[in-house]
Amino acid sequence: MDLSAINPVLLIASLMVAATPLLLAAIGELVVEKAGVLNLGVEGMMIVGAISGFAISVESGSPMLGLIAAMIGGALLSLLFAFLTQFALANQVASGLALTLFGLGLSALMGQSYVGIKPPAMATLDIPVISDIPVIGPILFSHDPVLYIGIALCAGVWAFLKFSRGGLVLRAVGESHDAAHALGYNVIRVRILAIMFGGACAGLGGAYISLIRVPQWTEGMTAGIGWIALALVVFASWKPWRVLLGAYLFGGINVLQLNLQAAGIAIPVEYLAMSPYLITILVLVIMSADKSGAPASLGRTFHASQ
Amino acid sequence: MMSDTGPLLSISGLTKAYPGVVANDTVSFDIGQSEVHALLGENGAGKSTLVKMIYGLVKPDSGTMTWKGQPFTPAEPKAARAAGVAMVFQHFSLFDALNVAENVALGMEDPPPMRDLARKIRQVSETYGLPLDPNRTVGDLSAGERQRVEIIRCLLQDPKLLIMDEPTSVLTPQEVEILFETLNKLKAEGTSILYISHKLEEIRTLCDHATILRLGKNVGECVPAETSARDMAEMMVGDTLQTPTRSTEKAGDVVLDVSGLSLEPANPFGTTLKNIHFTVRGGEILGLGGVAGNGQDELLAALSGETPTWPDAIKVKGSEVGNLGPSARRRLGILAAPEERLGHAAAPDMSLTENALLTGAIREELTSNGFVNWSGTTSFAENIIKSFDVRTPGTHVAARALSGGNLQKFVIGREVLQRPEVLIVNQPTWGVDAAAAAAIRQSLLDLAAGGAAIVVISQDLDELMEISDRFGALNEGRLSDIRPAAGLTIDEIGLMMGGAHGMEAAHIGAEGTPA
Repeated sequence: MDLSAINPVLLIASLMVAATPLLLAAIGELVVEKAGVLNLGVEGMMIVGAISGFAISVESGSPMLGLIAAMIGGALLSLLFAFLTQFALANQVASGLALTLFGLGLSALMGQSYVGIKPPAMATLDIPVISDIPVIGPILFSHDPVLYIGIALCAGVWAFLKFSRGGLVLRAVGESHDAAHALGYNVIRVRILAIMFGGACAGLGGAYISLIRVPQWTEGMTAGIGWIALALVVFASWKPWRVLLGAYLFGGINVLQLNLQAAGIAIPVEYLAMSPYLITILVLVIMSADKSGAPASLGRTFHASQ
Repeated sequence: MMSDTGPLLSISGLTKAYPGVVANDTVSFDIGQSEVHALLGENGAGKSTLVKMIYGLVKPDSGTMTWKGQPFTPAEPKAARAAGVAMVFQHFSLFDALNVAENVALGMEDPPPMRDLARKIRQVSETYGLPLDPNRTVGDLSAGERQRVEIIRCLLQDPKLLIMDEPTSVLTPQEVEILFETLNKLKAEGTSILYISHKLEEIRTLCDHATILRLGKNVGECVPAETSARDMAEMMVGDTLQTPTRSTEKAGDVVLDVSGLSLEPANPFGTTLKNIHFTVRGGEILGLGGVAGNGQDELLAALSGETPTWPDAIKVKGSEVGNLGPSARRRLGILAAPEERLGHAAAPDMSLTENALLTGAIREELTSNGFVNWSGTTSFAENIIKSFDVRTPGTHVAARALSGGNLQKFVIGREVLQRPEVLIVNQPTWGVDAAAAAAIRQSLLDLAAGGAAIVVISQDLDELMEISDRFGALNEGRLSDIRPAAGLTIDEIGLMMGGAHGMEAAHIGAEGTPA
């Protein structure tokens, strides 16, 4: 066993990379759930985003175009969910599960000819001078742009929900859609926009895995991150900063346990592999003990009768 | 200018039909400048649909509205608000998890920044004698305070016409008085008010003019101050009213004995029951009043067995039942009918037969060895329908398909026909038309005459005074002293209900305005 092989600077830098897909998907789902919609299709939207982004960036040679395509792909798939739940008034849980299964199948079909190809690399944002600072430089200033977008998105969603009128209306729709409707707000429109935002975020998170973190395409490569994102939103009590904390905690322990495995520590691999899930949930459960409930209309179907 | 002398809002020939029912049929009337206009009618008379059309939530099929002489066709509430229409809803349009200022901001077109808004809320609430802290979470407020939030939300928009849909149903008599002072002050400032209610005495004191709707049609107009409440009631119902009669039986032994009942609520916005004591004798009706949300639902849950408590907190004929579940209590003859018809008292999508089975299985012995006796259940359901005059095509109909009054008759009848020894009902005639309400009250009186102990929890004080032998009030989870119902004055009842919920300060602030 050789713990000195673990470089703390590299560890922190790579935990941020490991956490970003989860953060992106979870922050999108947070907005969706704040609007009162439970979309269990995060995993499906992520994997469709992963293959859409991968395919477009391979064809065009531009990783940026790929990321945009991933967001569009995720949002398009989420529109299917929006149609089912907001217009056809289908059950949200069943529609979300169907969306995940559909997304997994669709992505496998779309990705048949992309297995084993290497996508164009995404340039890191090596800012001269400050990225050369020892320790802080590699941790904070030499990542790809998407990682910063993830953090900015988290801050943006927090500020939007807390300070803006749009955020207030969104929270109101999630709290009581009947009251929001009576006051003249368009519940369906707010919810569709939220669902599409969630889809775009999930798609971006998926593409982050296939273009940056792993850079390759394999079937089912999101490997349950979408489900973790769903759990993270709940355990973070629908608070953006707690989502960020939970995502980094999960990413950090994940990277750490991989390093420990490589260092040959005398703990069975199975325990190490389950540790990120256990510890993240444990910490967030303790933190969510305060009184902060779910949006009151979460998962309820809205129909403007009379 | 014509707009200064003519009516503020003139409605002519408004019609709105829904599949199977005409909610409004060529309704016409005028609302004058600074007039308090009452809209009277029973449940289902079309009052709510009519105001929704004025507020832009529903589009009329035909007919026209004129606002200050100009055609008025609000496509959405935004347009109506822009014209100067504001509305206080019957079922509050508030968001429990948001604070007062956020709730107010949601009802405004372009609200100022939060800090200015909080200051404005304080200012308006002081001017009109409605004290309110903008930073409190709405879920923690009492019903009266919640209504203040709605009223202030309207006042901040400087409305020309304020629509109030059944505003006093959740208030204590003292709070009603303060509300009326506020409304009179608004009227003196030139605001018109459309006041919807079926409480006739209130309308007689407050309103200048009344329009009466029945089954969607305008059936008459009157000046409330010059018309008796009975005449108005008969215009609403279109029939002569029968008042329930009671036989004067002597009360028997104590049947239900509740002592030291304390209970934490099941949901975070519920009320904690605090040390409740009362007894009910056989043949007696105990009426429990109080503003909604003061522990009524929790008390019913504790008495019916939905929420088990300590064994000795509730005794029936001397035996401890506090820790028993609903089925065990039903076996002992303790039955209950909760407030919410759809979802609590009845399963909406199940047939009347199935709903009859749900509470009747034990007392009526409708199951054996785990199998359902469907023919017995059907005849039990038929019996309920026949005895209580439930208007329905048959027992196969889903509970959801019945009108509120019919389903309420079914729900009450289902319990009454099981020969209860103790019956607890919450809001037995809520949202039920006058004729059905009289029938339900009569059945409760008859049941008591047969020796059952009955607890009626209700927010309708007139109903409680009409049928109960003794009266108590719930206030923040505490029960007042129980007093004989005969001879209680409205003032005394109001004080038992907790007075004006801390609104005395407001009372002083509102002095000097014409009341």
